Amino acid sequence: MHEWALAESVIVTAVDEIKNNKLKNISRIQVKVGELQQIDLGIFRFALENVLKSYALGMDIENIIVETDKSVLKCKVCGTEWSFSETLNRLQDDETEAIHFIPEVAHIYMRCPSCKSPDFDIIKGRGVWIDSIEGET
Amino acid sequence: MMDPRLGIINKRLENVKRIIAVSGGKGGIGKSSIASITALCLSKKGYKVGLLDLDFSGPSSHIILGIEGVYPEEEKGIIPPEVYGIRFMSIIYFAGNNPSPLRGNDVSNAIVELLAITLWGSLDVLIMDMPPGIGDAILDVIRLIKRMEFLIVTTQSKVATEVMKKEVKMLKELGIPIVGVLENMRIRELSSVEKEIEHFKVPMLGAIDFDTIFEDTIGDVDKILESGFAKQLQKIVYNQFT
Repeated sequence: MHEWALAESVIVTAVDEIKNNKLKNISRIQVKVGELQQIDLGIFRFALENVLKSYALGMDIENIIVETDKSVLKCKVCGTEWSFSETLNRLQDDETEAIHFIPEVAHIYMRCPSCKSPDFDIIKGRGVWIDSIEGET
Repeated sequence: MMDPRLGIINKRLENVKRIIAVSGGKGGIGKSSIASITALCLSKKGYKVGLLDLDFSGPSSHIILGIEGVYPEEEKGIIPPEVYGIRFMSIIYFAGNNPSPLRGNDVSNAIVELLAITLWGSLDVLIMDMPPGIGDAILDVIRLIKRMEFLIVTTQSKVATEVMKKEVKMLKELGIPIVGVLENMRIRELSSVEKEIEHFKVPMLGAIDFDTIFEDTIGDVDKILESGFAKQLQKIVYNQFT
């Protein structure tokens, strides 16, 4: 349920955008949800809808577009690229849950499939990002 | 692209009256002991206290306080478990006893995530146990949190003092409040620490003698509170906070 905390961070950022850019309203928010964080999209959307109401942002939930971003991990030692979903079946439930909370702990539980190094970059698909916020001035 | 977590961090901390990072350039000078036992002393005095261990490579606060078998609760964020009256958050809940081989960018991201999703509620003081050095963790808390204050730990070793001075210099340059400098593990009465920080105009909080039996108390808060180390620290803490 920490999807709520992340949903709130999206809405608070939109509220800040209104203040900082003197916008009349927000018409569209495009959110990317990284595969690595394994966000429950149903809970995330439900949370967005509820937080949206509590901040009285006056926009329709349908105008918040949420897309999943496939992860790309790249080994710093041998250069191999892979994704979280390719190695998911090697992880225990408590390990995937830990990655859900703090995606960086992937370095503890995951290894490069080629050279077994924990030294890899999370190139994309880490967590929740706002791709764009559109509004009227 | 925007990172939505950055905008929520100060909201998460809005009901925390003071946020104090216990820092010091060198490793092994007792930062974690001072951070943990400061939190313990304040909690005993009735203060609402949080303790956040930001030393991801060598988290130690839970070892010092003997915290085990607890886990945060999930409720629209994560709520730190309360142990000895201290709301305690650490990467150990997610990393267990495994090594955390994190590079700088990963450290930053993990700090941002912890700060964005942790629901501290209302606190009188949040103590942060910082890793050694003036790298990612310090730069991030300064960047992300308004109202940061620093308590700087050193020993009378020339090596530790020189590194401490670098940190004090940086914090002064950035206009970050310094609660003061605390000398730990004093082995000789004659110490140059006070003189070394004189020109920075930073308060000297006091000195704690090297306690040869402190190590035997680690993990047992009742024994810790009876130690010479804790008694001396308690006096300094109560002078500062009460």
